[in-house]
Amino acid sequence: MSITRRTLLTGTAAAGALPLVTPLRHARAQAANTIRIGVLNDQSGLYRDLSGPGSTQAVRLAVQESGITTRGVNVEVAEADHQNKPDVGSTIVRQWLDRDGFDVIVDVPTSSVALAVNTLCRERNKVLLVSGAATSDLTGSACSPNTIHWTYDTWMLARGTGGATVAAGGRTWFFITADYAFGHALERDVSNFVRAAGGEVLGGVRTPFPGTTDFSSFLVQAQRSRAQVIGLANAGGDTINSIKQAAEFGITRRGQKLAGLLVFISDVHALGLQTAQGLVLTATFYWDLNDNTREFTRRLGRMPNDVRPSMVHAGCYSAVLHYLKAVEAMGVQAAKASGAAVVERMKAMPTDDICFGKGTIRQDGRKIHPAYLFEVKSPQESRGPWDYYKLLQTIPADQAFRPLNEGGCPLVRT
Amino acid sequence: MPRSQAIALALLVAFIAAAPFILFPVYVMKVLCFALYACAFNLLLGYAGLLSFGHAAYFGMGSYLSAHAAKIWGFTPELAILTGGLTATILGTAFGYLAIRRQGIYFAMITLALAQMVYFFCVQAPFTGGEDGIQAVPRGALLGVLDLAPDFTLYWVVAGLFLAGFLFLYRIVHSPFGQVLKAIRDNEARAISLGYRSDDYKLLAFVLSAAIAGIAGGTKAIVFQIATLTDVNWPMSGEAVLMTLLGGIGTMFGPVVGALIIVTLQAELAQFGAWVTVIQGVIFVGCVLAFRRGVIGELQQAIRRPL
Amino acid sequence: MSELWYELEPFLQQGTLGLVNGAFYAILSLGLAVIFGMLNVVNFAHGAQFMLGAFVAWMLLNWAGIGYWGALVLAPLIVGLLGVVIERTMIARLYKLDHLYGLLLTFGLALIIEGTMRNAFGSSGLPYQVPEAFRIPPVDLGYMLMPAYRFWIVIVSLVVCFGTWYAIEKTKLGSYLRAAVERPQLVQAFGINVPLMMTATYGAGVALAAFAGVLAAPVYSVNPAMGANFIIIVFAVVVIGGMGSILGSIVTGYILGVIEGFTRVYYPEASATVVFVIMAIVLLVRPTGLFGRA
Repeated sequence: MSITRRTLLTGTAAAGALPLVTPLRHARAQAANTIRIGVLNDQSGLYRDLSGPGSTQAVRLAVQESGITTRGVNVEVAEADHQNKPDVGSTIVRQWLDRDGFDVIVDVPTSSVALAVNTLCRERNKVLLVSGAATSDLTGSACSPNTIHWTYDTWMLARGTGGATVAAGGRTWFFITADYAFGHALERDVSNFVRAAGGEVLGGVRTPFPGTTDFSSFLVQAQRSRAQVIGLANAGGDTINSIKQAAEFGITRRGQKLAGLLVFISDVHALGLQTAQGLVLTATFYWDLNDNTREFTRRLGRMPNDVRPSMVHAGCYSAVLHYLKAVEAMGVQAAKASGAAVVERMKAMPTDDICFGKGTIRQDGRKIHPAYLFEVKSPQESRGPWDYYKLLQTIPADQAFRPLNEGGCPLVRT
Repeated sequence: MPRSQAIALALLVAFIAAAPFILFPVYVMKVLCFALYACAFNLLLGYAGLLSFGHAAYFGMGSYLSAHAAKIWGFTPELAILTGGLTATILGTAFGYLAIRRQGIYFAMITLALAQMVYFFCVQAPFTGGEDGIQAVPRGALLGVLDLAPDFTLYWVVAGLFLAGFLFLYRIVHSPFGQVLKAIRDNEARAISLGYRSDDYKLLAFVLSAAIAGIAGGTKAIVFQIATLTDVNWPMSGEAVLMTLLGGIGTMFGPVVGALIIVTLQAELAQFGAWVTVIQGVIFVGCVLAFRRGVIGELQQAIRRPL
Repeated sequence: MSELWYELEPFLQQGTLGLVNGAFYAILSLGLAVIFGMLNVVNFAHGAQFMLGAFVAWMLLNWAGIGYWGALVLAPLIVGLLGVVIERTMIARLYKLDHLYGLLLTFGLALIIEGTMRNAFGSSGLPYQVPEAFRIPPVDLGYMLMPAYRFWIVIVSLVVCFGTWYAIEKTKLGSYLRAAVERPQLVQAFGINVPLMMTATYGAGVALAAFAGVLAAPVYSVNPAMGANFIIIVFAVVVIGGMGSILGSIVTGYILGVIEGFTRVYYPEASATVVFVIMAIVLLVRPTGLFGRA
């Protein structure tokens, strides 16, 4: 096993060190028996802890556990930092696909980058396995026969947090929305669920993005609205700051509830339980959910910055494991020839792994599994490091994601 | 043109002609776009002594407007790039008018702040597509006839555009106008006392620099088929400074070499994440402390000929 | 009456909250102005040093068990000392050159500091709790509830800002400092160690930034980007106020914080740009800044 791992790592190092002066012919002369996986994500910015090097670690684990390398197939894993910028991401992917002969791109947090890479992979008939990005457009208007959206999406977050909170009594809402496309989309989706469940949206405020560090002004406006729930249609640092300042202004103590629409376990860690307690959020994976997820965490081993795996990490693992199964089933030659064919095969096979259990992949590229509504524990309830969530509700797989016919995906024929 | 510069130009042309056969064409096109951007910036810093920390505004707006023109208005690529250049010219005129009211460090801070304003505008304006940027920009057909979709075809157009821009800048620097700029850079009071209206000269240099930066941005949008907030955010301004500083401030070929080094570095280090930032910082500090002339500046010193 | 009050309320609320942001603008632009006045260097690393202050506070707490009050003293000292080293080893070598090199050097330093912290601590930020003494219910001002800690920020920033102003404008040491700015050779001839004074000034300016960083740690999340968000706004503040004047930079800092607050009520989308718009207007009307000398 250790030999496999070492060869794997050497292969990776060689791939990473491929100089730009490599003649074009070199790429063509690559062994036809090698599958090249490119992990593209944020290695330096806001999403580093929830994807970043941890995703690469998860992908390596999947390669190792698939056992495919012991059966004569080479697998090389490379990683790169897209810095959350679509242009940086598309430059890297162009080089990976056009010059270095990569077969599959994995992770890609940040919706804007994922959409750009989605187009490139489709044009070149390669495979894209999205774990980190949120936008449900990937299985909607931008859906592609070459893309699978694995872990979560905005629709699911809105359904989970929006719908369930209304059911739990939070009828009136006020939104603090980051003023850009993602924030607007999230606000719109959640508003729909709130209204559908009989709730009411009292108002909202748009916060300049990026560059807002002080949310107190907006929180005071939210307080003034007397809404029962303050929906945070933002992400990363914005969410962290708004939750932190809400605690400071005693907003939650005065009966208003915060609903984080895109909160990851790394965010909760950054906030600390003292501040984050009581926050309601939706996720598809939690490391301490059951024996299987704890086993996954154990196998993954020590992670960069000592984080626990996020749902994005779990998604990378699960997606690559399933991808390699499909590759083995159809043969490396055929898999390298057509990305769409691999995705087709992946959709035909049921999925099963220790992170998400049994699942399926839908025609529009949506991976289907249950989602969970969590509440962040109070410091008294937490029994150890990273013991952060308690399960409020399980949303069954068939209800967790947008119905197939509502996404507007052109691949779906009715 | 002195012989040293003629030889350097011949080498540059030879490199550009040979590059797509040896290197990945998209990568060379990226180098050329950034080289033109840095050259435009250098016109201002190297020959007029004005440090603009906000050139991303012109580069980015050029990029956005070119992308918009090509995608939404259906312009041919040359018209789209021209639209980008024109936008940057207008913006440069307005900002230049404000910024040249102060000198030195103030000038740098004002250009930075104005560029940041443009950035915030781009984040919110609907036509820029916010976070997603303008994606899937068609490369189109040159003059409506030559299909630019293949990298190899597009390459020659970009190469031609770069050389045209480079020679245009060379012409400006070596014209009487360029001489007056240098006089203002070295001693503004004396230039004024000689009867030159230094503000007019500085403004014109600013506008020209902005215009060419806009064309460089527009070209980049066509090459990568995408225009995003990266192009208009302040680190992009910092990159122009870094490329010029590293290559050699006030040399014709310095920014080209600087762009080549920085773009290569970014591509090679992409996998090391945040270390890219650290390494760029180290280059900045190293250049300022020990290597102020830059690569070409040192070379120039060694051979005692202008480059 | 009550209707008028209802209209007036958000105005007062946002004005009060704006004062908190203004406090940070004021301390940071004050530090910039002091450094610029003495060294003629625009300290681009000011934002990074502000961020470093917050991180050192976090490290002191988590690695050495030193709480907020200790950090408020120690973090500025530590970061200030780092500033002294930076000044001695790097900035001091640039005094004879064009001032722009100082800007470029500190820009590079900012990149190094930010990148290093990002590598070491990730970017999602680290938690830092409000100190025990302020964990009391928010203060009722009649028109809003104000967390006690925010009160503390405003008060302490006023004390620090005007203390610095007093030290420079009204004390003997300050008079040496001001003299050294005008005529360094002459002051040196009087037997005053000018290079030492410059080092100390840079160290003090950096310490001010770090102090603001510690103040900010419990309010904003401690993350590597927290300084970059501030520094460009502070640049605009400094251009508006005019760097020649210490008092000018303080007053402008507070005023712009309050104006920004008002914008958040009436046109929140513009609250990020309002400072830059004001800067453009000031440049048109009074190019030297509100308090600047020609």
